[in-house]
Amino acid sequence: MAVSDVISQRAYVAAPRRSAATRLLEDERWLAAALLLPTVILLGLFIAYPFAEGVWLSVTDARVGIPGHFVGLANFTALLHDSIFRVAVWNTFVYTAVATVFKLALGLWLALLLNRHFRGKAFTRAFVLLPFIIPTVLSTFAWKWMFDPTFSVINWSLFQLGLIHSRINWLGDPSLALISVIIVNVWRGVPFYAISLLAGLQTINPELQEAAAIDGARPWQRFWHVTWPLLLPVTMVVVLFSVIQTFADFQLVYVLTGGGPANATQLFATYAYQIGVGTGLLSEGAAVSLAMFPFLLIIVVVQLLYIRRVEVH
Amino acid sequence: MIEGAKWRRWVYFYVPLGLFIFWLLFPFYWMLVTSVRPDRELYRPWMAPNYAPFWTAHPTLVHVTDLLTQTLFIRWMANTLFIAIVSTLISLFCGLLAGYALSRLKFPGGGALGTGIFITYLVPQTLLFIPLANIIRNFNLGDTPWALILTYPTFLIPFCTWLLMGYFKAIPRELEECARIDGATRWKAMLYIIFPIAVPGILSAGIFAFTLSWNEFIYALVFLSSAEQKTVSVGVTSELVRGDVFYWGQLMAGALLGSVPVAFIYSFFVEHYVAGLTGSVKG
Repeated sequence: MAVSDVISQRAYVAAPRRSAATRLLEDERWLAAALLLPTVILLGLFIAYPFAEGVWLSVTDARVGIPGHFVGLANFTALLHDSIFRVAVWNTFVYTAVATVFKLALGLWLALLLNRHFRGKAFTRAFVLLPFIIPTVLSTFAWKWMFDPTFSVINWSLFQLGLIHSRINWLGDPSLALISVIIVNVWRGVPFYAISLLAGLQTINPELQEAAAIDGARPWQRFWHVTWPLLLPVTMVVVLFSVIQTFADFQLVYVLTGGGPANATQLFATYAYQIGVGTGLLSEGAAVSLAMFPFLLIIVVVQLLYIRRVEVH
Repeated sequence: MIEGAKWRRWVYFYVPLGLFIFWLLFPFYWMLVTSVRPDRELYRPWMAPNYAPFWTAHPTLVHVTDLLTQTLFIRWMANTLFIAIVSTLISLFCGLLAGYALSRLKFPGGGALGTGIFITYLVPQTLLFIPLANIIRNFNLGDTPWALILTYPTFLIPFCTWLLMGYFKAIPRELEECARIDGATRWKAMLYIIFPIAVPGILSAGIFAFTLSWNEFIYALVFLSSAEQKTVSVGVTSELVRGDVFYWGQLMAGALLGSVPVAFIYSFFVEHYVAGLTGSVKG
């Protein structure tokens, strides 16, 4: 008796206390609008608005501090004839393709190794992720120092092993610089692939492996016909994220080479920075980074379509 | 897992794993050795006969003390910490509310908005930094921490929202309905029933967001100009390299110390971090 008394009393007292705002928030649509408001404001102000501003800048002749006039597509046609821009586009594609292939192959290998049972597994997994969590710019400086032609520990090691006889100028040689930058990108990306794919591997039922083994499948066949198809959806999403990040990469190249030597490592983002911030040609810089957009869009659409197809099967 | 002779275990497992670990961790060892090596050993060419790369005969802390006393390193650390914490809190707040709305409530345009947030998740910072620098200047935010505190959420909110939506979807609806039958408003059910259950997700999102904002570079490079305002990554990059002269000892000491906060947080919350990482790529 007493308990129900208390409850009804409280309900009686509480009901009229609900304010207009509380009643409004009982409506799903109003509540949703209120909850989404901060996100929409921030993303609108700092993503949608800059995007529009970028499109506008790219069709004007604005400089830092000087509002520009409309010039149509002049900036983009100028880019088509800009030999450095063409080099940057080519480099970006090579950089993205080569780095992604190696990151996927090595990351998958490492994930398969980490998926086994061994002593110190949790410990190893935690340490393996370090290159990914440490600020990229800071760890890249360690690589720059390791690549230094005069003081390079890599050169010393290769020399001691008898593999080279003269010094290698990793970052100063135009034919080697892009490879060196890719090595660092792969180093940073492999842990991300490995840990994400490991999470995917752990969701695969081990009984499937055992069943295939009983049926006489060799380890390689078991991987190719059982593990790989089941892992494919996760792999595709990981690759999607990684490709976008690699395509738009900036900090690695900025620290290691600054786009040099002779633009051998110039990428979309570093070239946009050089023009837009370094030289102050806002509109040309905006045009360069906006030129990334159609490529990114194609990459995203193709991969999302592929992911959908994989998931349907 | 590996059948057959013992040598097969070595060839297929221990050796590759050992090489991976060596390759992935060696740069950090190199940072450590460089930061305690005196200059006269540091600038000894690799062809010199007494070049001893893997250890140092006379370890010194002079680079660390120089870094802490002669540069603004401590200031940069404080700046980065402040910016990372505030932008993480803003993003968690927004992501929590948006994630709840998008995963639990039915309202017109919900699907489109969810897709929109997913697309912003894929926008790289390098696409927008030039117009954004213009906008920051027009808002008079240039060279203040607020330039970063307000722009970092653009990549943190989509991530937090996406991750937390996954957690919210896993919570049974009945829980909330029970609370509502007992007289709780929608608002209270969300605040006192759903959010507490999602705490592990909030923790994962927060830790991952913190490391992302600690590691961000291009916005910090473009939006900040005075040495006192810089973050660790930018300060080390621009202030410890003067012209063509690299202060390698200080640089490596800075790289090492600048990594400590993320490494520290990471070491305590490895599982949450990994959950955030793998959750962030779940389709």
